[in-house]
Amino acid sequence: MINKILNLGDSALYCDFGQEVNKEVNSKVIKYFYSIKKSNIEGITNLTPSYNKLIISFNLSITNFKKIKKEIEMLNIDYENKIINKEIQIPVCCEDSFSLDIKRLEKKLNLKSEQILEKFFNKKYFCYMTGFIAGMPFLGDLEENMRANRLETPRVKVPKGSIGLTEQFANVYTFESPGGWNIIGITPLNIFDSLNESEPNLINAGDTVIFKEISYYDYKNYNE
Amino acid sequence: MTIKTTMSNSYFKLIRSGINTTYQDKGRENLYHIGIPYSGAMDNRNFLIANKLVNNNLNSPVVEFAYQGPHLKYKGDKISIAITGDVIFKIIKNGVENIGDCYESYQIESGDEIDIISTNKTIYGYLAIGGEIDVKFQWESCSINTKAKIGSNDGKKLENNQTIKLLKLNSNKDKKKLDYINSKVENIRVIKGTNFNYFSEEGKQNFFEKKFIVSKLSDRMGMRLQGNKIDNIVNTNIKSEGLIRGVIQVPPDGNPIIMLSDHGTIGGYPKIGVVASVDYDRLVQISPGSKIKFTEIQLTDAETLFKLYEMDTDNLLSQI
Repeated sequence: MINKILNLGDSALYCDFGQEVNKEVNSKVIKYFYSIKKSNIEGITNLTPSYNKLIISFNLSITNFKKIKKEIEMLNIDYENKIINKEIQIPVCCEDSFSLDIKRLEKKLNLKSEQILEKFFNKKYFCYMTGFIAGMPFLGDLEENMRANRLETPRVKVPKGSIGLTEQFANVYTFESPGGWNIIGITPLNIFDSLNESEPNLINAGDTVIFKEISYYDYKNYNE
Repeated sequence: MTIKTTMSNSYFKLIRSGINTTYQDKGRENLYHIGIPYSGAMDNRNFLIANKLVNNNLNSPVVEFAYQGPHLKYKGDKISIAITGDVIFKIIKNGVENIGDCYESYQIESGDEIDIISTNKTIYGYLAIGGEIDVKFQWESCSINTKAKIGSNDGKKLENNQTIKLLKLNSNKDKKKLDYINSKVENIRVIKGTNFNYFSEEGKQNFFEKKFIVSKLSDRMGMRLQGNKIDNIVNTNIKSEGLIRGVIQVPPDGNPIIMLSDHGTIGGYPKIGVVASVDYDRLVQISPGSKIKFTEIQLTDAETLFKLYEMDTDNLLSQI
């Protein structure tokens, strides 16, 4: 259940599922997301699921907060319905020239680079949400001793495909963008494809992600 | 049977592209969850009026420019154009320059030039062309989002020497005119945000009492404000969550940022307020260096005022 529904301005609902960030809470958010999507409630123009919130945007010309809130409260949520969960393997090259913040991470985490990479690759990640920039997946959870803060001064340009870490999360920069996450490697895989309009995202909320280390040679020849 | 559209052979050449010239329409919906914002014309009312003045469908692609606009030279059959906003421009026919008026359509013939010099103490202006521009659509919208490289022109701004090709021209090129002045405001109505209580008593008071100055670091993604830092007493970060147009976030430095049409879809700074939809078109036109003041508005009042604003827009469109 949603803990509370507030208005976010005059043309969005702010559905609050609590403060915690974990798979259970996020799975509820995603189930609401799919149920609302299927319901075709008139006037809804956008849905933004995140860790523990769901924002429902609507067209104020044809509906309003009160009407959409009522529709959401009356909606049948299919909790039994399993979320379609894909498992996706992402090749990552951690060669020095791509692993921009590994030295910084060694200091921040007090671990050797081999230990950092071992912990990073030896794990399955859950995709909580996608966004900020198109297709960027927010993946969790890193172990307690792998959690570092953002860079003090964000980079103006993070290269496309860069893999970043911050707090309990990992992400992939789907295209060149400013950003403040600690970069540990790069993937040659295209994570966002704007030409594929029906499925632009390789990774969606609810999916499982495994990172696999590849050599510089494999990275260079990946798209050949 | 479908009739194949053939290129009309008419086109505009961009002698100068202007500094931030893009194709825009209404924008795209239902893509926040994958990280894609609405985009679309920043000032919706001026976008609609521009299209109506040249007999286009209201959602037809237009050329949006900011500050300095494009200088275009036309080649082809007679066509009508209209410029909306608060814009200074010249029309050059046979070497004779004439200052043009906004909210009025003009007939343009082969060899004519349109020099859109600049917007006047505002940001955005619109050039509508009576016909169908050859643009690419992504998710049913041509709107160029330069950050995500989505939309027509490979998601890039229009550049010098590029052409704007026309697929067909409207047959009705009658002179049209609207008696309208683009009103400037500094007062923007705001609904309290979901983290309003994260801020100190003084911060909350200052937010609605003192004026802010619009920073130069503002663009289609966001408007940065200065001159009145808002003090956070709870937490300068929240767990990242969805954003919408008009959300006012306060990062740790205390200077608010308003999310505009090309905004990032997720953010982790507390939300102090959200601009009422009724004031969005006017908000985006407030230029860097100008003052801006927020006034609190309740949800139901914001809803009513938006309805009135829409009726007013419809009324303006029906006068054309």
